[in-house]
Amino acid sequence: MKQSTARFALTALTLASTLAFSAFAGAGEVEVLHWWTSGGEAKSVAELKKILEAKGHKWKDFAVAGGGGENAMTVLKSRVVSGKPPTAAQVKGPSIQEWAKEGVLTNLDDVAKGANWDGLLPAVVSNVMKYQGHYVAVPVNVHRVNWMWANPEVFKKAGAKIPTTWDEFAVAADKIQKAGLIAVAHGGQPWQDATVFESVALGVGGAEWYNRAFVNLDASALNSPTMEKSFATLRTVQKYIDKDAANRDWNLATAMVINGKAAMQFMGDWAKGEFTAANKSPGKDYICVPAPGNKGAFTFNIDSFIMFEQKSADAKDAQRALASSIMEPQFQEVFNLNKGSIPARSGMSMAKFDQCAKDSSSEFESSAKSKKLVPSWAHGMAMPASAQGAMFDVVTQFMNSNMTPKAAAEKMAAAAKSK
Amino acid sequence: MQSFASAQAGAAAPAATPRRSLLDVVELALPKLVLGPTLLISLIFVYGFILWTGWLSFTESRMLPRYEFAGLLQYISLFGNERWWVAVRNLAVFGGLFIFICMAFGLLMAILLDQRIRAEGFLRSIYLYPMALSFIVTGTAWKWILNPGLGFERLVQQLGFSGFTFDWLVNPQMSIYTVVIAGAWQSSGFVMALFLAGLRGIDESIIKAAQVDGASMPRIYWSIIVPSLRPVFFSAFIILAHIAIKSFDLVMALTGGGPGFSSDLPATFMYAFGFTRNQIGLGAASAVMMMMTVAAVVVPLMYSELRRERRG
Repeated sequence: MKQSTARFALTALTLASTLAFSAFAGAGEVEVLHWWTSGGEAKSVAELKKILEAKGHKWKDFAVAGGGGENAMTVLKSRVVSGKPPTAAQVKGPSIQEWAKEGVLTNLDDVAKGANWDGLLPAVVSNVMKYQGHYVAVPVNVHRVNWMWANPEVFKKAGAKIPTTWDEFAVAADKIQKAGLIAVAHGGQPWQDATVFESVALGVGGAEWYNRAFVNLDASALNSPTMEKSFATLRTVQKYIDKDAANRDWNLATAMVINGKAAMQFMGDWAKGEFTAANKSPGKDYICVPAPGNKGAFTFNIDSFIMFEQKSADAKDAQRALASSIMEPQFQEVFNLNKGSIPARSGMSMAKFDQCAKDSSSEFESSAKSKKLVPSWAHGMAMPASAQGAMFDVVTQFMNSNMTPKAAAEKMAAAAKSK
Repeated sequence: MQSFASAQAGAAAPAATPRRSLLDVVELALPKLVLGPTLLISLIFVYGFILWTGWLSFTESRMLPRYEFAGLLQYISLFGNERWWVAVRNLAVFGGLFIFICMAFGLLMAILLDQRIRAEGFLRSIYLYPMALSFIVTGTAWKWILNPGLGFERLVQQLGFSGFTFDWLVNPQMSIYTVVIAGAWQSSGFVMALFLAGLRGIDESIIKAAQVDGASMPRIYWSIIVPSLRPVFFSAFIILAHIAIKSFDLVMALTGGGPGFSSDLPATFMYAFGFTRNQIGLGAASAVMMMMTVAAVVVPLMYSELRRERRG
């Protein structure tokens, strides 16, 4: 009896000391909130975990699946309001500024200076990552949104050629439709409507006007003949979408292009994953070209991590390690190979990437020089979420009613004011 | 809970002594102790949060809650928002039709099942089964059935009626009616079960007496049975009304609020603005308006019903 008590006490003591020890050793822990939970994305995140663990830090995964990260954002808000923010969270675009305004983000300038982020990132991109001139976020990847994915077989069958302007588009689409095929694969969801409209507007109005309208929210650019012409072009595109498109998911629309039921889709480069999964190879089974009128211009959608102010020194160390790891070539390469995007940092070897990614990368750098690198407003890179939502409403209402381009342009200017 | 406590009281009664024993004290306090945490939790998490939401609706809160009073700003922008009025109109259409169709079908099926037919238990389960599905499943299944390129329309066209169209799901004018169809499909069986229970509770002797007096079957149903189901109508209405007003998952799965925002309901509106557009204040204002709607419908009804009960 006595012996067993003693043994129990001893075990308890050992256990307690082990626990205390392990708590001590695991102090440098990073908790990362993200919503990359599907196949290739999850693999990409696991890579980051491996790199950090190799540096002796602990990784605590904080994945919140669902939606376009809406659930994750709700969780993040409650964590921050309760005073326990994670180390880092997947947040992009002007939302970075909104979080920084709350005063909860940490300054990453020391890490950035050490690794020369200013030299590695185009100014348009680093501006998104900065708040009042200081780095508060780290870019992970660059998605190009203004792609057109085409099935060359369908074009050949219809005797049409891949369009490079919106006028050529109408000619080609007519031929495809006459051949009994669907010209444009599309899903009638507000964000998809906006994605198509964004490429149309950039093709019609050019980068300079695009920036004035969708980044500066200049009313004279929003309610303008150029905007009306963009909407009129959207109406033309709409004619070539099949009538069952309502609420179709984007990947089902991509499948229509893969299966040869439809000729083309306007979608960001995440669509490539669908082609790859179907064992199709770029250039042969499918073609990736900029949307009509978009040659030389690049709409970017950049995923990034914002870093929250941490209390303990260990946590700060781990956070710094996380920030610098994300920008390292090793991670940027593996992550983006899995995700279908391209590295955010310039000057990397693209040898392992496919042709679409290589094109994307070279246009990323050339467009940055020619000032045609613009943020994608349909993907939350250009304006506050409230204005973006209001513009989604206008575009999607235009697509689902007989609103005139003139009325739509007026509504866009009104939408820009919503707070 | 109450019956448990009183059963215990009954068991303890013979053993009771004139002095108040510990058992008596426990007995008296037990119901309060057991109910206490639940009461506290619902006070905080239901009523506390209602007040919080109400407060937020008077602020300029965007991404995170802020507490500076901003007057009626959010309500003004809510009432100026076209999308809100689409949602409100849709709620009226959806709520009205959904409640009416569920009640009508539910009552009809209950009366038919109550005719002492064979295999009643089997049929009852069939009608009740949709209730076991979540609205997400219902919504997704109906999304495929109603899709013109995949489901019903294509089926009828393949049967040879090539001119047939049924494109409500993709037609902005009609999309809200598809939500009614799916909702009624799911909930009618449940309402049927409610009515069936009510029908079984009616005293046979009243019906027999009516039959002796020479009343016809339709007459008996219309004048005796249906009126005596009044409490069931009341419960069914309350349940259906709150399902209608809080409807969210069904719309999300079936139409995603679309085409465009043509099948938006206040609940989906609130979610979109409060959670995805960083407009918590506006979302809170719409939530308060939803609660007012529920209160405006349910409170007078409950009040009159309770008063009737008290009068006997």
